Amino acid sequence: MKLVDHFQYGLNSPICLTWELTYACNLACVHCLSSSGRRDPNELSTAEAKSVIDELQRMQVFYINIGGGEPTVRPDFWELLDYSIDHNVGVKFSTNGVKLDKKRSEQLARTDYVDVQISLDGATAAVNDHVRGPGSYDMAIRALENLAEAGFGQPKISVVMTRQNVDQLDEFKSIADKYNAQLRITRLRPSGRGADVWDELHPLPSQQKQMYDWLVAKGDQVLTGDSFFHLSAFGEALPGLNLCGAGRVVCLIDPVGDVYACPFAIHENFLAGNLRSPGGFQEIWEHSELFTELRQPQTGGACASCMHYDSCQGGCMAAKFFTGLPLDGPDPECVRGFGEQALAARDADLSVPKSDVNHSRSAPRNSRTPKAPVMLQIGMGRPDKACETSPLVDSGADTRLSPAAARA
Amino acid sequence: MADAGAGPASAGPAFDPELPYRCSPSVALRPEPFGALVYHFGTRKLSFLKTPELVTVVSGLENHPDVHAAIEAAGVEEAQRPAYLKALAGLAANGTILARETQ
Repeated sequence: MKLVDHFQYGLNSPICLTWELTYACNLACVHCLSSSGRRDPNELSTAEAKSVIDELQRMQVFYINIGGGEPTVRPDFWELLDYSIDHNVGVKFSTNGVKLDKKRSEQLARTDYVDVQISLDGATAAVNDHVRGPGSYDMAIRALENLAEAGFGQPKISVVMTRQNVDQLDEFKSIADKYNAQLRITRLRPSGRGADVWDELHPLPSQQKQMYDWLVAKGDQVLTGDSFFHLSAFGEALPGLNLCGAGRVVCLIDPVGDVYACPFAIHENFLAGNLRSPGGFQEIWEHSELFTELRQPQTGGACASCMHYDSCQGGCMAAKFFTGLPLDGPDPECVRGFGEQALAARDADLSVPKSDVNHSRSAPRNSRTPKAPVMLQIGMGRPDKACETSPLVDSGADTRLSPAAARA
Repeated sequence: MADAGAGPASAGPAFDPELPYRCSPSVALRPEPFGALVYHFGTRKLSFLKTPELVTVVSGLENHPDVHAAIEAAGVEEAQRPAYLKALAGLAANGTILARETQ
């Protein structure tokens, strides 16, 4: 059996685990995949977080991707970072840079086994701040300057690809080179607040090809979180895991301890359990009903007869779900155009699933709303601040990440 | 059989199966249904040992005078040994296994 087939049936422990430490964020990015903004009063305590780290160490989860919200606004962030590293659980954390002053940058440069990922969604302030909010470009660049000055070894710059920044790929690469950083680009998902702006921001079909060609030509040292496997149908498979890893090699722990199949799937349909329950995280990973189901052989559904199914595997589960498409059909950004057809064929009165977890500062207090389908329309234009985003699994080695941002 | 993570392998001395080897102290093996996942704490690279026999070989290296003996002891069939040597050469190149000093 090929390795990728083993992955489909699940591993003893996740390879790529994202842990969002807080829903608090100083920004309010329009596409925040976790709809972050306000801290949840029920977030894991320092002691609880440490016991999760202990458990991850026992399970040999060798590194975790910390995100949020903006993880660094948690007062115990630096304590948890050290605790994790001391317990052989390496940390890659995603940040908008708000706390990375000179002092913290020097501290990080002295710390082994930590990776820093700065979110930047435009190579210019105009493009970046359009989605991440005023001042967020300068904040990210200042953090990169501080890290470079402190001699921190290769931070990553994480970019969510949008219609506005596909043309800036070369410029992003130049910025990365300038600050001795590694570029990482990931796919925009219609998750969290991303659902509200996906129609407007997701790359056009011609831009999908443009990204694919760029990755093939220049993507050698560029990380992707394995998030563009749906583009493999253009031709040769892109490096990395060409497979949806949700619940198989990937999962998300959210700030209140809920475990979801992937960082882009914060919705009760993809909620496997809460690690405060007996058996903790390991019980959920090994035995939850949801993860067991996700590890069953997939049929491919409507895509099964497509010649490209082996390379794209039907694409991203979350992208389908949050655009109201069936999970066994084409990805909304299917490069053969079947996704667009499916989107156009959606029933006019179809209610597209919406996450019931929302910590946006403009949302009503208390996130988790009752079970009944919520038709709550929050009178929300564009939040004028931004949060951030970046996803999940990186290549065989660079495992994925997620969003971040927070209010200090 | 062994899949080194992306990224350039660190340059080291050429792999010589006549020599004694061992697993790098910077490496942890996590048992998985297909074999094992290898994590290198120094390079932060993940790689995979794609058969249980390869896991036995890699973990047994330090108990044998050379690589051939470790392969033999793991019961790897004759016909498959060249593939194992190739996989081990890859693991040596990415720092998962190291030549060890003989006493």
